Amino acid sequence: MTTGTFTPSPGRAPMRDILKSQVRMELVLTARRGEAVVLAMGVPLLVLLGAGLTEATNVPTDDRLGYVVPGVLALTVMSTAFTGQAITTGYERSYGVLKRLGASPLTRPGLLFSKTAAILCLVGIQILALALVGVVVGWRPDFSHVLPAVGVTVLATAAYCGFALLIASLLRPETVTAGATLIYVLMLAAGGIMFAAPDLGTAGYFVLPLAAHAQALRDTLTDGTAVPGSIWLSLTLWAAVALTLAARKFRWE
Amino acid sequence: MLENAVEVRDVVVKYGEVTAVDGVSLSVPRGSILALLGNNGAGKTSLLQVCEGFRGPDGGSARVLGLDPIADHDDLMPRLGIMLQSGGVYPWATAGEILRLFASYAADPLDVDMLLDRLGLRKFAKTRFRRLSGGEQQRLSLAVALVGRPELVFLDEPTAGMDVGARQTTWELVDSLRADGVSVLLTTHLLDEAESLADHVVIMDNGTVAATGTPAELTAAAGIDLLQVRAEPGLAIATLAEQLDAKVTEDGPGEYAIAGTLDTESLAEVLAWFARAGAQVTAVNTRRRTLEDVYLALTAGATR
Repeated sequence: MTTGTFTPSPGRAPMRDILKSQVRMELVLTARRGEAVVLAMGVPLLVLLGAGLTEATNVPTDDRLGYVVPGVLALTVMSTAFTGQAITTGYERSYGVLKRLGASPLTRPGLLFSKTAAILCLVGIQILALALVGVVVGWRPDFSHVLPAVGVTVLATAAYCGFALLIASLLRPETVTAGATLIYVLMLAAGGIMFAAPDLGTAGYFVLPLAAHAQALRDTLTDGTAVPGSIWLSLTLWAAVALTLAARKFRWE
Repeated sequence: MLENAVEVRDVVVKYGEVTAVDGVSLSVPRGSILALLGNNGAGKTSLLQVCEGFRGPDGGSARVLGLDPIADHDDLMPRLGIMLQSGGVYPWATAGEILRLFASYAADPLDVDMLLDRLGLRKFAKTRFRRLSGGEQQRLSLAVALVGRPELVFLDEPTAGMDVGARQTTWELVDSLRADGVSVLLTTHLLDEAESLADHVVIMDNGTVAATGTPAELTAAAGIDLLQVRAEPGLAIATLAEQLDAKVTEDGPGEYAIAGTLDTESLAEVLAWFARAGAQVTAVNTRRRTLEDVYLALTAGATR
């Protein structure tokens, strides 16, 4: 047989190249969706400037920026890893994208890896950008406990991702969008970002992962102290539960 | 001799109480095109889903390129091209981005621009998927299925929603796939598509195989179903009917119609009978059954 245009020559590209182009695609598509960018960056930025520089809200300390900026960093992790991720995944599932990409040389584990990598990438960029704005307007972070701060952020990201994939698997995409946005707004109000969180003591950390993460960032980055054991425990539990449920319930179509 | 590209044995697919595929067996020889022909709901897509590894069969087995579509999923995928009936791509990505993404998955992909040209999609390379028309989306999905140079492609209703020109382009493309040694399993409810593209046709009805063969075999098995002869009026046609086991009528004076399953031999017999009756035959007309007749006869009552 002579060699024609379509003469079979099947094979998978090196996995590293596949993952690289998949992560790039995920990032390009996220950047392209205006509402996702506003939700992920615009709202936290407004909160940072609004609550950090004016007396618009009551915060339980005199160091407004020291309270608000770490809270905003925690909020942006949630908006990207939970709200944005849930909405995107819900729609991708309903459009058959998850099903189709799972049945490609990318493979299902490759798709999950790419999504995770893209989220971590975005979270990293957003945190750096918002922290930079914080510093410009006068926040003076302490870097002595920066590694634990990164650690709790990874745990929080994992927990949010797990819940995002879970609700994207269980509900219709419209419901996911409404639900994930509602939770975001509720957490913005009650999660200890621009107002003090409801004072539930240590129990609050277990009820509100956002409040726990925000407090951990305040402890490390503003006060230069260690992360309380209860917060480590809370975020580890949240992450374990979320990822277990997501692994059980995740649906590709 | 290589094993078949697809080997399906007694596959059953159930959705709750509903049996979508009920014991179907078929095989696609390497380098050939098999068309699964049937109405909507005949079970074509369900069978394809089993071959693509999207779901396991509730009975029977499927081997694709000698592999198990589910257990060997990751080994199989780089060798397959899959075109879904709809969806499956990012609505916000452009046609060019989507095709390049799938090309990047493959070790030795086709040239993306060449493929866009072949499918008349070059001018849509920077158009987002959701802005493409249904037919354009279909063509892009076909390109996505082919870009990795697969050995075997599954095409689910490949020309649905295409206009006449795009359909022709697609048919020519599928033809060149066969010429280049790619195996193809496609579904269609278009008879002319099955007839002009496929080496083998499997007619599915209500989850089962109603008939199988080459397009020529399927129409030849049905043979000639109507023979019209013009001769002198008033011949004693009862003896001819007896001899042929066919229905013979004189519809108008001297206009004889012989209906039944006839082949060329019975045609000779008919003419010999007219000669013996001393009649002068002035016109003979045969109507050969088309795949459409076969299909309609087989699937009659599919709406039950």
